Amino acid sequence: MMRGGMATEAGSTIAKPALRRDQERRVIAGVCAGIAARLDLDPLVVRIVFVAAAAAGGAGVVLYVLGWLVIPPGDAAGASAADSAPRGGRGSVEVALGVALVLLAVLLALRALDVWFPDAVVWPLVLIAGGGALLWRQSTGRAPIADTAAPAEPDAAEELRALGRGAAVVSRVGLGIALVIAAGLVFLQATGSLSAARDVVLAVIVVVVVLAVIFAPWILRLVRSLSAERAERIRSQERAEMAAHLHDSVLQTLTLMQKRSSDPREVAGLARRQERELRAWLSGRSTAAAAGRMLGALERAAAEVEESSGVPVEVVAVGDCELDPAADAMVAAAREAMLNAAKHGGGSAVDVYAELANGRKHVFVRDRGPGFDPDAVPGDRRGVRESIVGRMTRNGGRAAIHSTRGQGTEVELVLEDGS
Amino acid sequence: MTSPRVVIVDDHQLFRAGVRAELEGLVDIAGDAATVDDAVATIAAAGPDVVLLDVHMPDGGGVEVIRRVADQPGVRFLALSVSDAAQDVIAVIRAGARGYVTKSISGPELAEAVRRVHEGDAVFSPRLAGFVLDAFAGPAPAAAEQDAELDQLTPREREVLQLIARGYMYKEIALRLEISAKTVEAHVSAVLRKLQLSSRHELSRWAIERRLIDS
Repeated sequence: MMRGGMATEAGSTIAKPALRRDQERRVIAGVCAGIAARLDLDPLVVRIVFVAAAAAGGAGVVLYVLGWLVIPPGDAAGASAADSAPRGGRGSVEVALGVALVLLAVLLALRALDVWFPDAVVWPLVLIAGGGALLWRQSTGRAPIADTAAPAEPDAAEELRALGRGAAVVSRVGLGIALVIAAGLVFLQATGSLSAARDVVLAVIVVVVVLAVIFAPWILRLVRSLSAERAERIRSQERAEMAAHLHDSVLQTLTLMQKRSSDPREVAGLARRQERELRAWLSGRSTAAAAGRMLGALERAAAEVEESSGVPVEVVAVGDCELDPAADAMVAAAREAMLNAAKHGGGSAVDVYAELANGRKHVFVRDRGPGFDPDAVPGDRRGVRESIVGRMTRNGGRAAIHSTRGQGTEVELVLEDGS
Repeated sequence: MTSPRVVIVDDHQLFRAGVRAELEGLVDIAGDAATVDDAVATIAAAGPDVVLLDVHMPDGGGVEVIRRVADQPGVRFLALSVSDAAQDVIAVIRAGARGYVTKSISGPELAEAVRRVHEGDAVFSPRLAGFVLDAFAGPAPAAAEQDAELDQLTPREREVLQLIARGYMYKEIALRLEISAKTVEAHVSAVLRKLQLSSRHELSRWAIERRLIDS
């Protein structure tokens, strides 16, 4: 056999690549290019030999198809991912067309050489070759598709893509089947036996309908139970994740609280911290997403103050913005104000209100403590005032402290963009 | 005036007991209920003035209770929840609740809120004020011109809401803005009405959008 002879002949030299269908330089399936690479020849030479052999009684075609089936595809360049795309996709249709056209050429050539073929044979054969090639390619090309469709973490987008690939596979298989059926019909039509075939087709249809009626409920139930099982699996995964989270956070804290039940301040602090964490988790706001945003920084500052002082700090905010250096300084000033409010607010809750919109940042920190007379600021509060007011003015903003004896204290911080 | 009759609706037994203990002596507790069906029956039997309503419950939550008790006149609702999700809170307000307070509220403050709801006023916690300011931020939608008045807060209403968000009590707001406490309450009631009637799509959508931007 021709191919075998070539292989042994080339086997004497060691550094030659293994015989693979060359996917890079292929025209149809890369058989000629592969053989050429193995023999260190120009692919054109091999192709001319094959075409010549095809013209001489069709031997070349048979050999080519044989080579296609027997020689494994190469993955020289392009690796598996790049390779699988054209294989599963456009490639299949191209190959089918190629096979059909080559066969058509061969049959026409034979006809020109006075080997007689009726039309009734030529067209069905061409169609059947094309459809068959498509189906064959599809079934052998599935492995690499399945490979890429099974990533470690199947997210929604990946699943959608897999679904798209599945639809494409189905449509190609459908095309192949349609081609083969068309071939059969054309043959029957041309030989005039279509009317006889009609009875057979009718019988087949009746049998199919009867079977469908019998088995449809069972198949439907099977499909349903499969999807129900899948949903159940997803649900149980979610439940496991939730249980893991609750165990790591809430249960730990509850245990800690039982141990420290003699210290009400610490218990309250633990409960507040756990509440914050749980809320953040429930609202789906990860700490990573909040990083670099002013609201996240403000809430972190509030949590820190709450933890260190044991006084609840409520943050209410409208809008959010980037955490630039000036905003960072503003958060630091607000944190200072919160610490101050927690320390001098007589244990009352601290309200923080932030309006971060339209290029303007406005933060209020308020306590309901005894308050003080701003005209008679005690010496120990002057330093804290400096760290709030001074910090804001250095960053192009301003701060004001409003306090009336008996009505609490409010610190107001303002920062305008472009100032 | 006599103390208002109150029904407590919450699916957590521990929490109902806690609220009962805190309100004991401050209001007249006419009953409590753990489920939506139970709540509807209890409210029909007890005829309370104010229902303290949990936002989150099985079978539809507070919104469902309000919907099913709608035909009983004279019952007012105050939402009481640990929920932080703006869309849930806005939904129960739009269903007809007269206010929203968080469960961390103290007993006397809760009794005061119940009394205000009983008198027909609206009760806004700082958090709800923040939600509303956020929802009404930005220009009113051009499509709803016939409802322009409903889709926009007046500068004064905005001012009042900002003060509520900053932790001010109504009395303190009145003092600060140099208006009467009654006027403050009128502004808050006007905001509540807008909240319930406005067709601003932010009211149903903004929370979800904000969540998308955040994450």
